[in-house]
Amino acid sequence: MYVYDKIDQRLVDERVAQFRDQTRRFLAGKLSEDDFRPLRLRNGLYVQRYAPMLRIAIPYGLLASHQLRTLAYIARRWDRGYGHFSTRQNLQLNWPKLEDVPDILAELAKVQMHAIQTSGNCVRNVTTDHFAGIAPDEIVDSFVWCELLRQWSTFHPEFTYLPRKFKIAVNGAKADRAAIFLHDIGLQAVRDAAGSVGFRVIVGGGMGRTPIIGHVIREFLPWPHLFSYVEAVLRVYNRHGRRDNIHKARIKILVKALTPERFRTEVEAEWAHLKDGPSTLTEGEVRRVEARFTRPGYLPLPGGDAAHAARLAAEPAFAAWAKRNVHPHKMPGYAAVTLSLKKTGVPPGDMTSDQMEAVADLAERYSFGELRVSHEQNLIFADVRQAELHALWREARALGLATPNIGLLTNIIACPGGDFCSLANAKSIPVAQAIQERFDRLDYLYDVGELDLNISGCMNSCGHHHVGHIGILGVDKNGEEWYQISIGGNQGLVRPGAPAALGKVIGPSFARDQVPEVIENLIGVYLELRESEEERFVDVVWRTGIESFKERVYGRYHQRQERRSRSLAPA
Amino acid sequence: MAVIIKDRNVAADPWHRLEPHADGSLRAVPAAGDIIVPLSMWQGSRAELRARPGRLGVWLDSHEDPADIAEDLKLFGVVAVNFPKFIDGRGYSIGRLLRERYGYKGELRAIGDVFRDQLFHLSSCGFNAFALREGEDPREALAAFEDFSEAYQSSVARPLPLFRRRHLASPDGMKGS
Repeated sequence: MYVYDKIDQRLVDERVAQFRDQTRRFLAGKLSEDDFRPLRLRNGLYVQRYAPMLRIAIPYGLLASHQLRTLAYIARRWDRGYGHFSTRQNLQLNWPKLEDVPDILAELAKVQMHAIQTSGNCVRNVTTDHFAGIAPDEIVDSFVWCELLRQWSTFHPEFTYLPRKFKIAVNGAKADRAAIFLHDIGLQAVRDAAGSVGFRVIVGGGMGRTPIIGHVIREFLPWPHLFSYVEAVLRVYNRHGRRDNIHKARIKILVKALTPERFRTEVEAEWAHLKDGPSTLTEGEVRRVEARFTRPGYLPLPGGDAAHAARLAAEPAFAAWAKRNVHPHKMPGYAAVTLSLKKTGVPPGDMTSDQMEAVADLAERYSFGELRVSHEQNLIFADVRQAELHALWREARALGLATPNIGLLTNIIACPGGDFCSLANAKSIPVAQAIQERFDRLDYLYDVGELDLNISGCMNSCGHHHVGHIGILGVDKNGEEWYQISIGGNQGLVRPGAPAALGKVIGPSFARDQVPEVIENLIGVYLELRESEEERFVDVVWRTGIESFKERVYGRYHQRQERRSRSLAPA
Repeated sequence: MAVIIKDRNVAADPWHRLEPHADGSLRAVPAAGDIIVPLSMWQGSRAELRARPGRLGVWLDSHEDPADIAEDLKLFGVVAVNFPKFIDGRGYSIGRLLRERYGYKGELRAIGDVFRDQLFHLSSCGFNAFALREGEDPREALAAFEDFSEAYQSSVARPLPLFRRRHLASPDGMKGS
């Protein structure tokens, strides 16, 4: 956990005071709605379908147990006793009152938290791998670089009114668990032949209505130049990105318009001026930030715990959970655990205040008082002793947080959708629940194997439907909610080297109650076509193309339509 | 005479800003007085503008390139940058470029949709004068310069980023420069 110093704390406190004054002026009629909107957005405050929505930053997804308790308290005191963990590792409250928000921010500041730049056309919360610092395939601990970037981006004076929002992701491991090809800037840590750390720089990726896989514009950026290079990218974007059309304002559109090669040339020309300037990072600063992270006091443990192995053999339910929800750790005798927020019947990513407090207790007893939020909207205990996995499993199960579905079909990523969000065309949560209910049989889920199913309620793609192995997108047809389905997307997450890919739409969209059956048909085709159990759904889509999937779905649908029109036809 | 904020004080503004007509054509240049002209007028009538009595300033719109006046900066008593809407943030980059790349030392003025909530970041980016939009009280806005007591980044106001200043303050135990 990064621990603030006096200046970090003072800046957050000053931000609370600034926003308190802005809110006061707005409520007193001294700031118009148009002027206040960008100011409240950069403090995480939206005005949504039924109420304001406050998005609280969880920088790079890392959270201490006492912070989680504060979140529980805030959700209970100022909201309805629950929160929603988002795909950007943040926490959203759906029912706060606008006039309470300054008090909420002040409460957050007491535990070194904030809602700074969680919305608005500025640099957003930097996201990363939820296994940072513990992954066996680690290249660097990406948390340190994320914190450096957090400080650099916080109130950056030049980039405070960009053409559009700007999202940076850092991946410090060999496998890409941060979706770096789908961000405005993706940074992949690499080491050169001498072992020095640098970053592969990817720009112009993104989802939304124009999904694009990012372009590598620099293969190796030595780490001291991280800030100056990112500044060069942002300056080119700030000056030349489109501001006339909100749908064409992201950096990906500029990169596409200029071509990645010319964009790179522009960035390098700008960087030539900034390179080696005062923003050049020093080893002293990297070490200072690194040293402000508390580190788990690992015990020297032998690798395999015999009692753990025996329990796995004796208890199939525990073994099923361990198979899906327990992940390898670089320290012998330790493991990472995913607490699933994807129990059937609960909106994906939602958590009550009671659960938050219970999880804070568990984190203290089992994982050094820390946890992470994953972009799949689950919670991670990163540092659990293998010998204590069984006890943790029993407690998590009692809390409804041990659904053994990580990587499986029911681990659905979903945005809040039309139930809450004013942008949405359609609801997400009932679709997720209908699918979870249809596929609630664990044996079947295990047989289907790894499958990412992602649902977005609109083109803004907060539910990452473009990169779901199966993606579901809510669309509006003459005021009705319909769902378009795509297959073959991939966030580049699971296997090292597996590329990020955008799904292909299989055809015309469906009514909500048809969706579970369509998914079942798609999976039926997969099970028939796969060559082995190792071949995942998405592998089959990539190997065979989408035709056979399409035929099955629309063939049957088509026949049904025919039947229906026959039955309706006059005798 | 209108008032502006200059160097964190409210001051009378001796300058008269020329705006193009709605159709884009340029206005006649007044015979006397200190004027701030649009970039296109400067580019089209350099000799005439330099010959007239009174001081000269130029203003850039947010899409215009400060490189176009880089060679001429010593001729201007003021350079202004227009913010057509306050959410148009291009002017922040223009300010830094004028100060940091082209070495402009004179008055750098923010004009257009400017009000108190931008002042802190604008001043970080090198602006030292602010013609607030109509209806804003410049005296009340002065408090905005104190919104934050520190900043992490390198900027015109604080050329050394916080991490370098921290290091200078207590270099013990830190390697690197």
